[in-house]
Amino acid sequence: MIPTDDFLTTFKEKFSHLDERPSSDWPAFNASPEEIVAILESLKKDYDYDMLVDVTAIDNGLEFSPRFTVVYHLYSTIRHHYIRLASDLEDDENPVAPSATGLWPAADWHERECFDMFGIRFDGHPDLRRILMWDEYPHFPLRKDFPLAGFENELADEEIVEATGTKVKPAPMAGGPFVAPQGDFMTVREPRAKDESWNERSEKPDS
Amino acid sequence: MSSETTEISIPDSAARAVGASQEFETEKLELSMGPSHPSTHGVLRLNLELDGEIIKKCDPVLGYLHRGDEKIAENMTYNQFVPYTDRLDYLAPLANNVAYAIAVERLADINIPERCQAIRVLISELARISAHLLGLGAFAMDVGAMTVFLYTFTEREKLYTLFEELTGARFTTSYTRIGGVARDMPEGWTNRVLQFIEEFLPMVDEVDGLLTRNRIWVDRTEGVGVISREDAIAYGLTGPNLRGSGVEMDLRKDLPYSGYEQYDFDIPVGTKGDCYDRYLVRIEEMRQSARIARQVIEKMPSGAFYAEDAKKIFLPPKEKVLSSMEELIQNFMIVTEGPQMPSGEVYFEAENPKGTLGFYVVSKGGGVPYRLKIRAPSFCNLSILPKVCLGSMVSDTTSILGSLDFVMGECDR
Repeated sequence: MIPTDDFLTTFKEKFSHLDERPSSDWPAFNASPEEIVAILESLKKDYDYDMLVDVTAIDNGLEFSPRFTVVYHLYSTIRHHYIRLASDLEDDENPVAPSATGLWPAADWHERECFDMFGIRFDGHPDLRRILMWDEYPHFPLRKDFPLAGFENELADEEIVEATGTKVKPAPMAGGPFVAPQGDFMTVREPRAKDESWNERSEKPDS
Repeated sequence: MSSETTEISIPDSAARAVGASQEFETEKLELSMGPSHPSTHGVLRLNLELDGEIIKKCDPVLGYLHRGDEKIAENMTYNQFVPYTDRLDYLAPLANNVAYAIAVERLADINIPERCQAIRVLISELARISAHLLGLGAFAMDVGAMTVFLYTFTEREKLYTLFEELTGARFTTSYTRIGGVARDMPEGWTNRVLQFIEEFLPMVDEVDGLLTRNRIWVDRTEGVGVISREDAIAYGLTGPNLRGSGVEMDLRKDLPYSGYEQYDFDIPVGTKGDCYDRYLVRIEEMRQSARIARQVIEKMPSGAFYAEDAKKIFLPPKEKVLSSMEELIQNFMIVTEGPQMPSGEVYFEAENPKGTLGFYVVSKGGGVPYRLKIRAPSFCNLSILPKVCLGSMVSDTTSILGSLDFVMGECDR
């Protein structure tokens, strides 16, 4: 086992082209999607980072490019140390990242969750299905353009549309006691009563 | 004189069945177990493919309890999210509160006073005892030992009374705040905790006596659901499930937080990684938790239960808000805009009853997290199910599920 300080110097020498990522706690590096799997492999084999604790993604916002960043957290059960690796994905519309399932089976479910929530495809994943949402669900809920109150969905089945007269499936929170409109300010985003016919200025009508 | 022996073979029904299976093509049976099966502890569904009684394929279906906690977190202030952490691992809400608070405090770089740290260690350990009591009771009941459940639930009820005294709620405690805890311990509470430990430890021995050398229990758990050391690490298992496989990883020892380094305790580890080992680890962890709790109470420092640095984050006391202008303004700012945090990224994991609960907080400044990822131990622990169930009997799934001790509230988030 190499002491952590020595490890960091040798790691930085070996991968000197990597940018250090701003971090408030553990060492963090940015890497390109092409080489991320090779770096993860090197960390696992040469530097004792034997446990993949987390794979997740960040949506940097619609106006920002590269929009999606995949973040890996590794832990060494020998050295008792974390390291964070992040990788900006090139395509903003259909982001693709390489899969780490070949290195750790733990990556399987984490990557499925990333796909489910952000729509990031993992190249080489053996079984990329949705994991938390149902298979037919059309949206990616953790993207920043997905509203907290959800989207209304078009009904796929024409027979049901004909029989019931409803064309859309309401969003999860639509018509509920509270709705949370989207906006920049907390005061706007705060969940409030759905019925907007009355407020502080005009009184509630008698029902 | 010589005698002749003639061998007569009379095929029994089992041998006939073997012969028949070679003659006929048998179909694999698809069995959907759950989402409301008693042994799936919540809403887990397993799509099993069976060949007779043997599981040939296991595909867990998750998401029945998905509430979008991570999305919700992006839309509210840091302190507003504390009640949502109760609903992750709802069997140990206090431990979740602590883990979340420490993660955000690392981001804000707040030093927590010793008394607050000690209270947090104490409640984390009590939460661990309460979670293991339920986990063990339910595990034993699924495998057929009903009595254990009654013993453990009696003790758990006493703990809930203690939690109610401390936090005002039995179940959804929401006790921590960023920079401290909601209120100090009530007078005489630590003595009642000590009294609880006095009563609780003999119960552990009793459960130990009921199960550890019980023939049926050993038959149902020993050698069942074996997880090797390498697999446990590769699948990212944590907590008692990882330690049951012989990996001595415990963040309370490896990366002490909240002052765990002051306390003396052992980490129990298993040798074979089967259901029986995981059970033994949990039994011993309860004893160790009681040991830590006693030390915390003995050393309980005096002082403030919230951080001085956290003045910009922590709501001022109610009586000051009503009498002083400055506190009133501060109260108003915190409630409307949220506590102002520096920008940065933090990943913090705490050793929770089910494993290590991690929070990855990405902040771009302001009162709302830009992204909050919850690394749920139950989610990672369950990911090994397809592998561990393969080739085992259908009846073993109850043992395996019981010994993995998961919570779907945390798994689905």
